[in-house]
Amino acid sequence: MAHRALLPMLAFCVTLLTLAASPLQAAEPGVHGSEPQGFTLENGLQVVVIEDRRAPVATQMLWYKVGAADESPGQSGIAHYLEHLMFKATDNMAQGEFSAVVEANGGRDNAFTSWDYTGYFQRVAADRLELMMQMEADRMGNLRVDLSDWLPERSVILEERSQVLESRPERVFAEQVRATLFQNHPYGIPIIGWRHEMEQLDERAATDFYKAHYAPNNAILIVAGDVSAADVRDMAARHYGQIPANPDVRTAARPLEPPHFAERRLVMRDGRVAQPFLNRVYMAPVRRAGDQAEAAAYQMLAALLGGSAQTSVLERKLTHERGVALSAWAGYSGNARDHGTFSLGVTPTNETTLEDAEAALDEVLAEFIETGVDSDQFERVQMQIRAAAIYELDDAAARARSIGADLSIGLTLEDSLGWLDALLAVTPDEVIAAARALDRRRSVTGWLMGDEG
Amino acid sequence: MIHFVRILAVTLLAATPLRAEIDIQPVETDASFSAWLVEERSIPFVAIEVVFPGGAVLDTEDRLGATSLMTELLSEGAGDLDSQAFAAAVEATAGSVRFDAGRDSVSLRIRALTENRDEVLELARMALTDPRFDETALHRVRAQTIASLERDARNPNTIASQTFNELAFAGHPYARPTEGTPETVSALSRDDILTAHRTALTRDRVLVGAAGDISAEDLGQLLDDLLGDLPEATVDLPDHAAFTAPGGITVVEHPGPQSVVAFGHAGIRRDDPDFMAAFVMNEIFGGGRFGTRLMRELRETRGLTYGIGTSVATAQHGDSFQGRLSTDNSRVGEVVALLRSEWEWLAEGGITQADLERVQTYLTGAYPLRFDGNASIAGILASMQFQGFDIDYVNVRNDLVRALTLEDIHRVAGRMIDPEALHFVIVGQPQGLDDLGF
Repeated sequence: MAHRALLPMLAFCVTLLTLAASPLQAAEPGVHGSEPQGFTLENGLQVVVIEDRRAPVATQMLWYKVGAADESPGQSGIAHYLEHLMFKATDNMAQGEFSAVVEANGGRDNAFTSWDYTGYFQRVAADRLELMMQMEADRMGNLRVDLSDWLPERSVILEERSQVLESRPERVFAEQVRATLFQNHPYGIPIIGWRHEMEQLDERAATDFYKAHYAPNNAILIVAGDVSAADVRDMAARHYGQIPANPDVRTAARPLEPPHFAERRLVMRDGRVAQPFLNRVYMAPVRRAGDQAEAAAYQMLAALLGGSAQTSVLERKLTHERGVALSAWAGYSGNARDHGTFSLGVTPTNETTLEDAEAALDEVLAEFIETGVDSDQFERVQMQIRAAAIYELDDAAARARSIGADLSIGLTLEDSLGWLDALLAVTPDEVIAAARALDRRRSVTGWLMGDEG
Repeated sequence: MIHFVRILAVTLLAATPLRAEIDIQPVETDASFSAWLVEERSIPFVAIEVVFPGGAVLDTEDRLGATSLMTELLSEGAGDLDSQAFAAAVEATAGSVRFDAGRDSVSLRIRALTENRDEVLELARMALTDPRFDETALHRVRAQTIASLERDARNPNTIASQTFNELAFAGHPYARPTEGTPETVSALSRDDILTAHRTALTRDRVLVGAAGDISAEDLGQLLDDLLGDLPEATVDLPDHAAFTAPGGITVVEHPGPQSVVAFGHAGIRRDDPDFMAAFVMNEIFGGGRFGTRLMRELRETRGLTYGIGTSVATAQHGDSFQGRLSTDNSRVGEVVALLRSEWEWLAEGGITQADLERVQTYLTGAYPLRFDGNASIAGILASMQFQGFDIDYVNVRNDLVRALTLEDIHRVAGRMIDPEALHFVIVGQPQGLDDLGF
C-alpha cells in the first residue's frame, strides 16, 4: 500500500539511472519548455518550475526541510506521524476533505517522510493546480488535530511498522545495521520510529513539531507539467505568498557523527530467513553544495561495482566467475544533509558460508583497487549517464522528485542540474581513490541468518 | 485566511473532466503483425512493449516454472554472445531489453535511443529467437530462482496468495505457482527450457504497443525483423476456470506480529455487460486507494490496518473478487466480522447516488493522467489489446463510466456480492476467530 508511505532511503542496490538527476542540456524550446526555473518568494518559500507541455497534467510537490533526524529524543516517529495527520482537518477544511477534493478533481495525492525532509504531492489536470496550491497553503498554517483523528491514526502507524518492517526480517536487519553504524547522529534512528516511543506519541507532540518546523521559509515548492513559470509565480504568490515567514523556524544543526575507530560486526538470527546474506556499510561523504565531485566518484564506484547483474565487478567476479554468490550488490547514498553511506552485500550460494563469501568480497575489492577500472565498462556506464539525460525528459514527475530531494538537503538548483555532468567528469583514478577510502576497520558488517546453521 | 466556501466553489468549477488526447495508430506490417502506436517525436527514444499471451499457464504439471525460468534465461546470452557479452552489448547502447514472465503472458519491454535503435532491436531479436541457454547460465539462474522461491515460501503474502489460488481455482492451472516450486525448478533441464521457448513465444500469439520517436512504417519493418522468425503456436490455452472455494476460513500458521488476510469469492468476466459497473462499484468500495468505504471503516475510523484494497480480479482464464490486508494478530476476529458486515452493506445496496457521482468524477478526471510518458503509454497500449479492448476505447471509456446509473451498481452488487460465499485465508497467528460462527 503506497499511501502515506515511508520513502525507503537505504536501498540495497542503487542503480545509476535512478539516481540521475537532471538533463545535461536545455531541451529544445517549445517542446519541453526550457530548463527548470527557480525563484524565491518574499517569505522565503523556494519555488522550482519544470515545464513539460506534452500532456495537460501537473504535479505539485511541497517539501519541508525537516524529517526524522530533527526529532527530539524520545519522540522517534513524530515527523512521519505528523505527515499522516496532515491529511486530517484544518481550521478551514473538514476531516478528510483534503483528499476528497483531490479525488473529486480526478487527482491523486500522497506524502513521504525521510530523515531530512517531508514531502506532500498531488497529480492533477493542469487546470486544477491552483486549487491544489490553495489547499496545500492552507494546511501549512492551519492544521487541526482532533482526538477522533490522532488516536486511530497512531494505531495505523503501528500497523504500518508491523507490516512494512517487523514482518520482514531483512528490514529489521537493515534497521539494526543502521543503528549500529551511527553512534551519535539521529540517522541511526528509524524514520518510522521505535515502537515503544511511537506508542507514546500524541496530539501535543505532533502539533509542537508542526509549529516548530512548518513554515514557508523552511519549504520548497516544485511544480512540474503543463505550466509556465510565470503562471506558477502568480499562483504561488496568491496562496503561499500570504503566509508570513516564521523567523523561529530554521534548519537546526544535528548531533554529528564522531570518527569511528572500531570495526563493528553483528549477527541477526530469525527463523523466517530462508537465504542468509551479508551487508557491509561504510560512512561516506555526501553531495555538497558547489562541490559534488567527491560524491560523484562514489556514485560511479557503486555503478561499476554493482550497477549490472551481469557485468558489474561484484556480480561478475562473485556470481559468474567464482560461483560463490547468488547475487552481490553495491550502493551509495550521498543524498543526505549530514552523512552518506556506502554499502556492499552478498547473498552466498547454498554451498558457500557467509564467512567465505565475505572473504571473497574483500578479495574482489582488493583486486579491483589493484587492477583499476576496466575502460570498456567505464565507457558503458558513461554512455548510460548520457542517455539518462534523454530518458528522464519522459517523466516530469520523477524530475520533480529528484530536484525536490536535492534542494531539501541543501543543494542548489545548479547542483541538482549539474549532477550528471559531475558524474561524467569523474576519472577512473578518482573511482579507485574512493574505493581505497572504504575502510573495513571503521565499517559495520552484518550477517542475517536463519535459526539453524 | 482561506474560507471554506471558496474552496467549495473552485471544486465545483473544476468538475469538467479532462479529455484523453491520445492518437493511437493501428499498424499492420508486411508479415501480418499488428501493433498500436502513439507517435511522439519530441524526445529521441522509443518504448516498445511486446506481449505474448500464454505465459506460465502453458507449463505442464510436472514442469512448473519452466516458462518463468526460460524467460529469465533469454537475457543470458544469444547468438555468439555469452551472458556477459550480451549484457555488455545492451549496456553499451544505453537501451534496455527486458523479459518478464507472468501467469498469463510473457512480455518483452524495449527502450531504445533513436541514435542506436537498430542495434538494440538486433539484440532483442537475438535474445528472442536465438537464445543460447548455456548450461552455466542455466545452473546459476536456476539456483537464484530456487533461492527466491525459498524466500517466498516464508513470506506471508506469497503464502496467502498461493493458498487462496489453490482453493479458488482447484484443478486449473491458476491453482499452481507461476514460478514453480523448489522441487519442480530443480528438475528442469535444458530440454525443458527449449520446449518452453518453443511453446511460449509464437508469432500467432503476440501483441505490440509502441510510443515515441518512430514512424508507423519504421515500426512495421522493425517488428517484421524482430518477430518474423518465431514459430506458430502448438499448445492450446486453458479453459476458463470455475471459482471453487466455498465460504469459510483457512488458517495457515506463521510467525510474526501480524496476520495477512486474503479474502474473496467469485468475480465477473470481462465480456459481461456489467463488468464496467463492477469495476466502478469496487472503486467506491475498496479499490486500493484513499477515500474508499473500506479504507474509511478499517483504517481511518478504527486504525485496524495500514491499508486495505479489493479488486475485480478478472484475468484471461478466470476471475474473482478479492482483497487483502495485514492486521495485528489480536484484531483478526474483529476484522473478519467487520469485512462480512461490509460485504452485507454492499450487497444490500449501501452505495448512494452521491458515492457514484463522486467516483465518476474521480475516474474520468484521473484517466488521462495515466498517459504520462512513452514507457507508460506503450505498456497501456499492449495491455488494452491483451484485455480485448477496441482501439478507440480510450476515447469512449469515460463515456462508459459516466453512463452508469445507481441501478447498474446495485444490480451488479446484488449479482456478485455474497457475504456467505467469502473465503478468508489467514496467514499468521490469528486470534478471535472462534466466536465468528464459521
